Amino acid sequence: MNHNIRASLSVVAAAAALLLAGCERPPVQTVQVGYRGVAMEQVNNPRLAAKREAANVVPAALPAAPSDPPMAKDVYQNIQVLDDLSLAEFTRLMLAMTAWVSPEQGCTYCHAEENLADDSKYTKVVSRQMLRMTRHINSNWTNHVAQTGVTCYTCHRGQNVPANIWYSNPGPRQAAGMARTRVPQNVAEPSVGLSSLPYDPFNTFLRADPEEIKVISKTALPAGSDRNIKQTEYTYGLMIHMSESLGVNCTHCHNTRSMAEWDQSTPQRATAWYGIRMVRDVNVGHIEPLQGVFPPNRLGPLGDVPKVNCATCHQGVNKPLYGVSMVKDYPELRGARVMAAAPADPAPADPSAAAAPAEPVPAAAAGS
Amino acid sequence: MSMLSFERKYRVRGGTLVGGDLFDFWVGPFYVGFFGVTTAFFAILGTALIVWGAALGPTWNLWQINIAPPDLKYGLGLAPLREGGLWQLITICAIGAFGSWALREVEICRKLGIGYHVPVAFGVAIFAYVTLVVIRPVLLGAWGHGFPYGIFSHLDWVSNVGYQYLHFHYNPAHMLAVTFFFTTTLALALHGSLVLSAANPKKGEPMKTAEHENGFFRDTIGYSIGALGIHRLGLFLALSAGFWSAVCIVISGPFWTRGWPEWWTWWLDLPIWR
Repeated sequence: MNHNIRASLSVVAAAAALLLAGCERPPVQTVQVGYRGVAMEQVNNPRLAAKREAANVVPAALPAAPSDPPMAKDVYQNIQVLDDLSLAEFTRLMLAMTAWVSPEQGCTYCHAEENLADDSKYTKVVSRQMLRMTRHINSNWTNHVAQTGVTCYTCHRGQNVPANIWYSNPGPRQAAGMARTRVPQNVAEPSVGLSSLPYDPFNTFLRADPEEIKVISKTALPAGSDRNIKQTEYTYGLMIHMSESLGVNCTHCHNTRSMAEWDQSTPQRATAWYGIRMVRDVNVGHIEPLQGVFPPNRLGPLGDVPKVNCATCHQGVNKPLYGVSMVKDYPELRGARVMAAAPADPAPADPSAAAAPAEPVPAAAAGS
Repeated sequence: MSMLSFERKYRVRGGTLVGGDLFDFWVGPFYVGFFGVTTAFFAILGTALIVWGAALGPTWNLWQINIAPPDLKYGLGLAPLREGGLWQLITICAIGAFGSWALREVEICRKLGIGYHVPVAFGVAIFAYVTLVVIRPVLLGAWGHGFPYGIFSHLDWVSNVGYQYLHFHYNPAHMLAVTFFFTTTLALALHGSLVLSAANPKKGEPMKTAEHENGFFRDTIGYSIGALGIHRLGLFLALSAGFWSAVCIVISGPFWTRGWPEWWTWWLDLPIWR
């Protein structure tokens, strides 16, 4: 009997050791989001958080430049976007962009050495579009980016191509015809946090003609409901992507007793709601028009351009760069001084606008 | 007092853990004992506190009555009564009542001279409850991590705690617990149906024996665990279900802060297919 007990104890100890081997350890930090006892809480490992904080530090701003003439457009040629900047501001912004996007290659990553005004390099055409995009976001999507705004660094972080982009995902190779069994899910893809959910929710939700994000049935029985489990799984795929991108769990935005209820959700959900629309607008209005500009080596396996999702800016933090505004040091990226009329209306393009928050979100809570 | 003829023989003095002969008597069919008194004390006091908490709250709707734990800001300290202090007192009463009941079971076992299987089994259920409202809150550093006492409210807690880890079905201990729960019901159904089938033969035929029961499972799956063995198996399955439930919640937070699907990266990273 003693022998049996000892044997079973050692089996239990071995199982516990195996189980904990892949785990973290206390102490952890928790932040209460909702009413007590509802378990709306953010759970963080301070040791992992320290690493994340170290990886999301804002670089020092260059010394401010005067906006007095001469204007850059009077000195340089072929200035199409930054034509409201003084020469000093223009030079400063170019230097900053070099540090943000191509610190190793320098100016010639985008500019032809012999003629800086020349548009022969695709990178220059792309960066012009990205400048338009940055100004568009900062001036028209304040529902999502608030006054914090975005700069090239928000996504690029010193790299030519932002670390977090997405292409259409063809999935693993598989047999054709009747032997074809695999639906586009059940593969441990990082895009959906290694879960079994459909691994390409981005084509479904973050491009033109997106599917509606609707999960909760409004009928007690399935008959007559226009919601199905496939929509649910795609939606959850997108939601897992959002959670992983922001380093938060579902209760950051939702009281999960009813995901759909706006009056039980946190203000952050409204910010995220605008964020989804912003990402669609960026992909449709600014990134996809660059199809044909990017060389083949920048395209995905199905030949599409690299596109943005939540992780592109957020990079594991619920407020990119922990909410430190770089735009305040680079006001020319706000686009306020030119940009006469903004093309797209940030108001919900979604017909289910009724589902949108009834009242505007307080600016403090909307910061992202 | 009605009592079967042979019951009197088992109503013996002694076997108490504390108090000697003090409460060593029966009231009707019920053994009292020191722990019967403490059980009654904690159960009555706890229930009264719950009723008081309900009276303080906005509703008498049984589904919606909610006695919530304190805000996290109170940490492991005491909270004001109306802001979670009641929850703390009720938790003490609940543990006192459950623990007393288990010890009363021990005393009865000692009187009867049987093994401690029943109090041990009940102890696993108590362990699961204590894990939820004491061990995990202490590991996380605040009583506010306990679950609220309310029919709907505790379900909201379960839902939100699950979604704190994105997809709780990937929690390995949760997988084990769920599997044990289902296997318990399967084993119970097989056992119950087998007993009924042997005890309810065709009209006019005599009741069948344990050898018929063994014969059925030897014929279907080549093995019968036997009349005693099925109860050992049932106890193992049921206790495992409760045990792994406790494990699956205590590792969520103190030992894992991210989505549970991510925990499985060790599997994806095994050198065989990496």
